[in-house]
Amino acid sequence: MEFKRVVITGLGTVNPLGNSVQEYWEGLKNGVSGAARITRMDSDLHKTQFACELKNFDPTVYVEKKEVRKHDPYTLYAFASSQQAIDDSGLDLETLDKDRAGVIWGAGIGGLQTFYEEVRAYDLSRPKFNPYFIPKMIANIAGGLLSIRYGFRGPNFTTVSACASASHAMIEAFNYIRMGKADLFITGGSEAAINEAGLCGFNSMRALSTRNDDPATASRPFDKDRDGFVMGEGSAALIFEEYEHAKARGAKIYAEFVGGGMSADAYHMTAPDPEGKGASLVMKWALEDAGIKAEDIDYINVHGTSTPLGDIAEPKAIQACFGDHAYKLSISSTKSMTGHLLGAAGAIEGIASILALQNGIIPPTINHFTDDPEIDPKLDFTFNVAKERQIKYALSNTFGFGGHNASVIFKKY
Amino acid sequence: MSDIASKVKAIIVDKLGVDESEVTVEASFTNDLGADSLDTVELIMEFEKEFDLAIPDDQAEKISTVGEAIAHIEANKK
Repeated sequence: MEFKRVVITGLGTVNPLGNSVQEYWEGLKNGVSGAARITRMDSDLHKTQFACELKNFDPTVYVEKKEVRKHDPYTLYAFASSQQAIDDSGLDLETLDKDRAGVIWGAGIGGLQTFYEEVRAYDLSRPKFNPYFIPKMIANIAGGLLSIRYGFRGPNFTTVSACASASHAMIEAFNYIRMGKADLFITGGSEAAINEAGLCGFNSMRALSTRNDDPATASRPFDKDRDGFVMGEGSAALIFEEYEHAKARGAKIYAEFVGGGMSADAYHMTAPDPEGKGASLVMKWALEDAGIKAEDIDYINVHGTSTPLGDIAEPKAIQACFGDHAYKLSISSTKSMTGHLLGAAGAIEGIASILALQNGIIPPTINHFTDDPEIDPKLDFTFNVAKERQIKYALSNTFGFGGHNASVIFKKY
Repeated sequence: MSDIASKVKAIIVDKLGVDESEVTVEASFTNDLGADSLDTVELIMEFEKEFDLAIPDDQAEKISTVGEAIAHIEANKK
């Protein structure tokens, strides 16, 4: 079978750096931190009292006011990014063949806020549960509701692989289009886990930074004094479209999606394989899928969450996969700015990679103060300041609890 | 308007996001106020909570208008 080409023709996002792609890119280029003290709940007693929250997000821009309460925030974020991406794509929804348009969405957790609130409310309403409990909470509802909003009757499902979810979604969207089974997808992911259940859950695992006295520098991937990740929230949506379909309608093309890899660590429930074997393998599969050599890659947007173990394993994996070419790579963790968007991470970092290709600018890994002796100093992590570099191929890594790994490769168009 | 009626209407305005003037005694939750089946179940649960009573499903199914809700609550309130 001859594979079809897949290009990206629309982008949208709401994330801790801004509520549009333009604001996001401004933040990335300028090394802005999205972290601050948590505003939506009293976190005085919590070990971690800060996060990368959305700022000034108004769901009524995207849904009617009376509809807001029927949706978990993770779904509202999905509505926002998807509407932006659809608008940006210039698609004519009147003439589009909607039987061949689908939604493949990523969510690591889904409606955690709803789960938390409604289980607590049950104590007062026993034996009845709120009728919206299940449909608001399930991790696939955002994708389902997107199909309803746009009338897309093509393939529709949600990938759940913790922090690799959105990358798995993009790879699946790519696969369906290249096999000729659909013309286009809304893909990407959303997550909204900054609430007591999410924050305390991750805190108990000792996964989160507790640098409460200085939130803006807390997410410091690859720094010697990193102490955990910083929770982020939000969503990013990408329109994946078959190349000829995009060309025929004169669409603006951001980049080409050329390959994806998937692997598992098969090691531990939450800790990464210390040698990064699964991580190295997933990059190898992505290169193979794209039909390119390790030397072709110019930039890696790494998973790099600012956790003590993960940030050691990933550089090892890069060196295992890329050999000496690793030293020629530009590498950065944009989580230093956005925090960790969990199931949406692959989607916002996909957009970061695409914008890096398009603009010839590598966004930085901010908050670097002290080198970690366990990390090879010859690797170029683009510390603290963005760098101008014309690049052709960008690879983006995501690794999730459970040992799920997914890597995707974008090519400059 | 009785205290019960005004509380019932306030709940409906809050949950269904409708204008108070639309919440007449004759108004049907589904036909006039835009509620779907899930909204209706949620309304019944809110009434139960507000008025501290239990409305069994077989009776809840018979409550389809604002007036029927008020009448049921007035008849069954402890």
